Amino acid sequence: MGHEWLSLWSFLYGPLSIFLVGLYGLLTQKNLIKMAISINIMDYGVNLFIISLGYVPSAEAPIYTDAVKTYLPVFADPLPQALVLTAIVISVAVTAFILALTIKIHSQYGTTDLTKLGEMEL
Amino acid sequence: MINPGLSSLFIFLVFVASLLAVEAKKAFRAVLFMSLAGLLTAVIFVLWKAPDVAMTEAAIGAGFTTFLFLMALNRIRGKEK
Amino acid sequence: MKKVIALLLFLGLLFFLGTGLEQGLKLGDRNTLAGKAGEAYLKRTVNSADPSASPSQVEYGSETDIEENAANTLTAVVVGYRSFDTLGEVTVLFLAATGVMALFFASGKKKRLALAKPNFILSVSSGFLLPLIILFGAYVFTHGHLTPGGGFQGGTIIAAAVLLLYMAGNAYKAPATGLKVLEGFSGAGYLLIGLAGLLLTGFFLNNFLPSGKMGALFSAGVIPVVYILIGLKVSAELSGIVSDYMGED
Repeated sequence: MGHEWLSLWSFLYGPLSIFLVGLYGLLTQKNLIKMAISINIMDYGVNLFIISLGYVPSAEAPIYTDAVKTYLPVFADPLPQALVLTAIVISVAVTAFILALTIKIHSQYGTTDLTKLGEMEL
Repeated sequence: MINPGLSSLFIFLVFVASLLAVEAKKAFRAVLFMSLAGLLTAVIFVLWKAPDVAMTEAAIGAGFTTFLFLMALNRIRGKEK
Repeated sequence: MKKVIALLLFLGLLFFLGTGLEQGLKLGDRNTLAGKAGEAYLKRTVNSADPSASPSQVEYGSETDIEENAANTLTAVVVGYRSFDTLGEVTVLFLAATGVMALFFASGKKKRLALAKPNFILSVSSGFLLPLIILFGAYVFTHGHLTPGGGFQGGTIIAAAVLLLYMAGNAYKAPATGLKVLEGFSGAGYLLIGLAGLLLTGFFLNNFLPSGKMGALFSAGVIPVVYILIGLKVSAELSGIVSDYMGED
């Protein structure tokens, strides 16, 4: 029972609070690069949460090896891991595109600050 | 059961690193703290028995994303001089 | 004052999301695989009549001709059972790389960014390190069905080798046409393998090669071929993104 709150923190509340930190940054920052950083941090939180859904106590990694000779029912769930693998690659693609847009905005208007960009006559 | 204690410690470290990344005044420091958070996330994936995802996160999420951010900062700063 | 409001909002959202999600989820100690899709993926009984029932023994090193015969179950899910999903993912990556290229080279000038004078140690040791890094990347994506790793990780490692070349000397520039040709051929190869599966077995991206013995390098049918193609495609795309970011406009 002593481990209950620790396990709740690491499997549910920790990933949720990392996601919320990213959300807070996305809402309060005005610099476009820092907003991209906040989006990446939200990604980390969601990925951690999805992987935590697939973790089984005292599990092995879902790979058959010589050590795991026969079928044991204590592998971790491979489905959330596959989904997160997809999500990480897509997040780096989106980040590359966001940063390219930021560089172009800077070379066009000379600033990456959202409030200054909003005051400008575009 | 060593796993809940260790992974909760690393999750706390990721939480602190992401908080520092969001609150940092300089963009360069924010990028470095975000990279640190990504590497610690990869450690947590190893603890939770997802080695493939940990490799992806360490190579793509922490390495390549940091390169993209640093190059973007470099190009933006080079213009402002 | 703003910080206090932000903190209160943070705690409130955390409370609502946490207590709402805590009820229905089986987390940590309460988690079992029973009845989940992952169990059928691990037992390789997805295509049988009753996926949850048969307690089949999957034995490493001796098992032949079970479905998606890859030792790494995650690879079996990513490029076996959910290969169509991965095709979409590769398309998203291709679109992002095309978008970055279109944004940076709209003006048409292609010169590379001159960095500060490279470190002597870096420029000498890059000659030794480069073949090793490329070999390691190729190892990671050819053994994706046996060990942790695969096309995406290996492709990124090879892109890191290209980045090392850019860092090591101011003269290097990635061959843009060659990268584009490699990317196009590997992407088209992925689609052609899918169409061959449709032609030979009746399902898109289905396995049509012999499965072999679990744990051997030449096993798992079409999975290593697809992962090698994905590795080449990802390495070409990420190297293209690197050379776009290092280009001067």
